[in-house]
Amino acid sequence: MQLVLEKRTERSNTIALVSPLIAIGFTIVTMGILFAILGKNPLAALGVYFIDPLTDPYSLQEIAVKATPLVMIAIGLSFCYLANVWNIGAEGQFLIGAVAGSWLAVKTQGTDVGYWVLPAMLLLGAAAGALYALIPALCRVRFGASEILTSLMLVYVADLFLDYLVRGPWRDPKGFNFPTTAEFDPVATVPVLIEGSRLHLGSIIALIVVAAAAILLGRTIKGFEIRVVGAAPRAARFGGFNADRLILLTFAVSGALAGLAGIIEVAGPIGHLQPGISPGYGFTAIIVAFLGRLNPIGILIAGLFLALTFIGGEQAQIAMKIPLDVTKVFQGILLFYVLACDSMITYRFRLIFPSRKVSSGAA
Amino acid sequence: MPDSTLGDPHSGAAPLLQTIGLTKRYGDFLANDSIDIDIWPQQIHALLGENGAGKSTLVKAIYGLIQPTAGEMRWEGGKIVLSGPSQARALGIGMVFQHFSLFDNLTVGENVALGLDGKESLKDVSLRLAQVSSNYGLPLDPRREVWQLSVGERQRIEIVRALMQNPKFLILDEPTAVLTPQEADQLFIVLERLKSEGRAILYISHKLEEVKRLCDIATILRGGKKVATCNPREETAASLARMMVGSNIREVKAPAGRQTTIPRLVVNDLSLEPDDPHGVRLQHISLELKGGEILGVAGVAGNGQDELFAALSGERLAQDPGTIVIDGIAAGQLSITQRRQLGAAFVPEERLGHGTAPRMRLSENALLTGHAASGMVRRGFINIAATLLTVDRATASFDVRKAKRDPEAASLSGGNLQKFIVGREILRNPGVLVVSQPTWGVDAGAAAVIRQALLDLAAAGAAVLVTSQDLDELAEIADRIAVMFHGRLSAPLATADASREKLGLLMGGSSLGHKEGAHAAGA
Repeated sequence: MQLVLEKRTERSNTIALVSPLIAIGFTIVTMGILFAILGKNPLAALGVYFIDPLTDPYSLQEIAVKATPLVMIAIGLSFCYLANVWNIGAEGQFLIGAVAGSWLAVKTQGTDVGYWVLPAMLLLGAAAGALYALIPALCRVRFGASEILTSLMLVYVADLFLDYLVRGPWRDPKGFNFPTTAEFDPVATVPVLIEGSRLHLGSIIALIVVAAAAILLGRTIKGFEIRVVGAAPRAARFGGFNADRLILLTFAVSGALAGLAGIIEVAGPIGHLQPGISPGYGFTAIIVAFLGRLNPIGILIAGLFLALTFIGGEQAQIAMKIPLDVTKVFQGILLFYVLACDSMITYRFRLIFPSRKVSSGAA
Repeated sequence: MPDSTLGDPHSGAAPLLQTIGLTKRYGDFLANDSIDIDIWPQQIHALLGENGAGKSTLVKAIYGLIQPTAGEMRWEGGKIVLSGPSQARALGIGMVFQHFSLFDNLTVGENVALGLDGKESLKDVSLRLAQVSSNYGLPLDPRREVWQLSVGERQRIEIVRALMQNPKFLILDEPTAVLTPQEADQLFIVLERLKSEGRAILYISHKLEEVKRLCDIATILRGGKKVATCNPREETAASLARMMVGSNIREVKAPAGRQTTIPRLVVNDLSLEPDDPHGVRLQHISLELKGGEILGVAGVAGNGQDELFAALSGERLAQDPGTIVIDGIAAGQLSITQRRQLGAAFVPEERLGHGTAPRMRLSENALLTGHAASGMVRRGFINIAATLLTVDRATASFDVRKAKRDPEAASLSGGNLQKFIVGREILRNPGVLVVSQPTWGVDAGAAAVIRQALLDLAAAGAAVLVTSQDLDELAEIADRIAVMFHGRLSAPLATADASREKLGLLMGGSSLGHKEGAHAAGA
């Protein structure tokens, strides 16, 4: 008896829908084993991780707040990944967007110049993210440099640049030497949706991005272009689509969305620029994009789920003394299972019983 | 005509190689369904069948490349199970593939040394190679690099490499597909010689005249099953074709009322450097194609046909706008989309990955070439109903068989996908159609449908340029035939005047006394 992996004649739509759920199932089982090894009761730990946050209104809000940047970044990344180019540097584009938008907030600090400040900050954040993403894209198109490496390396450049600014020129003079800017003025702050909560306008922007992406990918020729360049480059060229231009475009759009998410995060829940504004949103968004099947609606759901793991991880740390890094382990295992389960969309397992006899069905 | 020294092969104890109930299953698909075949020494055994009939699967199993799902093989009477090609070679089975496995940047000697299992030094291999090749009249210089060689010479390397292992049984997979008629004749002499030395040969082909001339026995496969074993010399080409296809093939007829009007596609002295270092440079190509006319471009593969297609379609731009003129408009610098808007349509050789995106639906593949000029896109939004309508119309007009309304391109058989692609382009009513290898790897029924569609399109006033390696196909549909060789295009010959001998000489690089680049008037 032999187990073989064989290609399906056509993609299985059922598996395409079910595969993320299977992956989550495998991940939860693996996590349970991991908790048991750590000496915790697996069921209790999983309950704290996945159930408790859903029963508490504050945690629910917090999930939406955390999901906002994840979803926005992942939507942009899905454009790149569908076009078969690999932007791994969304974290850097997120940081640069935050820095560029914060520049205006810092410069207009205390001047009370008017309500245009926040929209201008958002625009600056998106533009800076796009420009920063165009660096690896141009290197790829012009010199054939691997965008995977260049975009990843630029993450660290952005990180250190932000660090320099908040420790140096932009440091709050009244901040007791903490590496942070002053709190942004109200006109430079993303408004909250409900008074007294942390749920802010950015979540609405994220929903608009999801809807726009769904229409773009499913209904427009540009969306078709993105998909066909990724799926069959030679056929795309035959169709009259220019792959180089599309690399630049998808990188610019994903950079813009990451940059926008960055400035919204800083001008929203955080309220000032400081190091560590991202718990790795740009990297977690890669998992969100794949868990969401590179589909906008899927990404929305996946973003909420990954946000849950952040919140659950924090609560597990408080309640059960489980290290916060377990969240990252969880996310890594999840991506691993998602990619493994995805191969079932185009392949399937088959058990072979070798028999040397002539098959009786032969006629 | 058995040789006396070996006696009647059928009176011997056991065949050299025998398969009994050999079956190979891929998923739900039976590629080989219980096939029995006997190979005797000193016979050239033809394996006939359409594309997809299971020929390649069968020989791969015999050569140990794939393991059969069921059934057994016997070598000189004893049961064998092959775990890989090296085991097959050790028994004395050699194979020459249709697609060569040669490294372009290595020399002939190095390529052969790489393919041998032994531990001979490169010098010894080169020496033996020179001996074997001169012995069989297959001249080869071991020191030349492969990329400099013609396709015929590359095939020679593969044959000599197989012969150096002194096989008792040699398998050749469509060896003449890439040869000029004259080169094919030389190959037949070598094969006769191998036969007279007592070796067995399994000869895969779908060229029936060739099989009748060369082979002693023929096994015919259809849909994975063996349908007949016969003596091809006692059959007619038509009766062999009937066994291969299972029915009579529809004859293609040129409709009446074909008119030659104004030139619709003109190429003026087109020269283009290749974008890949081993590509072919197009040199001074000129042609003029009128409405209602079909021009055939013959030639051995790799003589610039792909480069010509890329230049005509606009996948690569010409240096000068005036070198390509579509319906009176200089198009040399226009993109493929702009050329489509001028009413041109293109069908490339590769169906999957070039003509279509394999994992996308037919409606999306209709959009792939239709987005420029057929109302499928409005203000950037896709009209999905219009793309589905194209699928339905192509399905109805060209008899595209598929499991559901809008499947993925890759799930269609080669013939049905090709009918869809040709249909997709013809439904746009193109004024100029450039089509490359329209019936390559397509079953006979689909090929007839496609050829008829090309004739009908020309009759409706379009200019059609067909590149093909199948001379019979060109003779059937083209008004004039030109030949590509080393990136140059010969002056076209009227089809009635284009004998196989003349075309063969042109395919081999002779000029027939014509001046190169000369224009001939329309037929």
